[in-house]
Amino acid sequence: MFRKFAKEDVHSRSNVKSSVQRSLKSKLVSQYPKLEDVIDELVPKKSQVELIKCEDKIQLYSVDGEILFFQKFEELIPTLKLVHKFPEAYPTVQVDRGAIKFVLSGANIMCPGLTSPGASLPEAPGYDKGSVVVVKAENKESSLAIGKLMMSTEDIKSINKGHGVEMIHHLGDPLWHFNID
Amino acid sequence: MLKEVVYCGVCTYPPEYCEFSGKLKRCKIWLQENHAELFEKLYSGEDAEVEGVSGKLAESSIGEKREEKLEKDLLKMQAKQENREQRELAKKLSSKIIIRREARTKRKSIVAISGLEVFEIDMKKLAKTFASKFATGCSVSKNAEKKDEIVIQGDVMEEVENYLHSILAEKGLKDVKVEVVDGAVKKKKKPEGA
Repeated sequence: MFRKFAKEDVHSRSNVKSSVQRSLKSKLVSQYPKLEDVIDELVPKKSQVELIKCEDKIQLYSVDGEILFFQKFEELIPTLKLVHKFPEAYPTVQVDRGAIKFVLSGANIMCPGLTSPGASLPEAPGYDKGSVVVVKAENKESSLAIGKLMMSTEDIKSINKGHGVEMIHHLGDPLWHFNID
Repeated sequence: MLKEVVYCGVCTYPPEYCEFSGKLKRCKIWLQENHAELFEKLYSGEDAEVEGVSGKLAESSIGEKREEKLEKDLLKMQAKQENREQRELAKKLSSKIIIRREARTKRKSIVAISGLEVFEIDMKKLAKTFASKFATGCSVSKNAEKKDEIVIQGDVMEEVENYLHSILAEKGLKDVKVEVVDGAVKKKKKPEGA
């Protein structure tokens, strides 16, 4: 999604009304319930959320100069900076060591990289197709990518072939390096 | 509740992923200087190259062969990256900035700065700084060679030169040449117009 992304892709920037900010926060909590305890720390009541509208109807939300989450359609997706701050709140899958290199260059994650001994998937029932997952790596603490499941985790286990996770945002992509001022 | 995450000052990744950035050497130095305890944790017992490989093998599950290949690929990537950086630096050092003064009507002149695009300087921002610094009009426009240049209204050539030197020094590129071309030789004594 952010394979090519630069300052030119920003269409407009505007401050968000505090009422909209409140509803955004509640939406974020409803999507990721575990965020409830820390949401006031992430987005303090007094802070000003900025909405950055970009090419392809991507909308970024930033707080105090740091992009915390973005949305393309309905769903709010956290950026890796936010994930690193509070990693427990999101559905997570893990890839093996061999896959890291490819993930960091922006590839979709193939099923075998998710099912091999170094990787791990959640127990059944797992996550449905289309849900947003945070990608961790073997022996690493912090997460390295955010993707969208192209098949449910149970299917990944049973089929074990082809694309498993569609890449949305990874370490070192233009969004990661994006600086809003 | 919130975690504070350290990001590598060189490759901007969390330090665990430095090995995949292709800048590992510089990352390691940075980490050692800035976060010694983290450096210990990540790279302890990895002084000798051989030791490092075997150490990683023990905790990796993707098998010896693949691990070896990965190691090799990473080294290759690192070498590539280093080459690229060197090339970029050389390019930077070999290019020069040209500050040119052009005559306008009578005693007025403008200053045009070209050749900045190599140095990762935000031209628009710099133009804005110049405008407020010299209290004058300043803009980014394309010159005859279709390259961006900064145009400042008014004769501020010397000030611009000093300022450019100071920002170049800040970026650690002291040796970059700044060439001053005076396109409007002052014609104080000679009468204007012919």
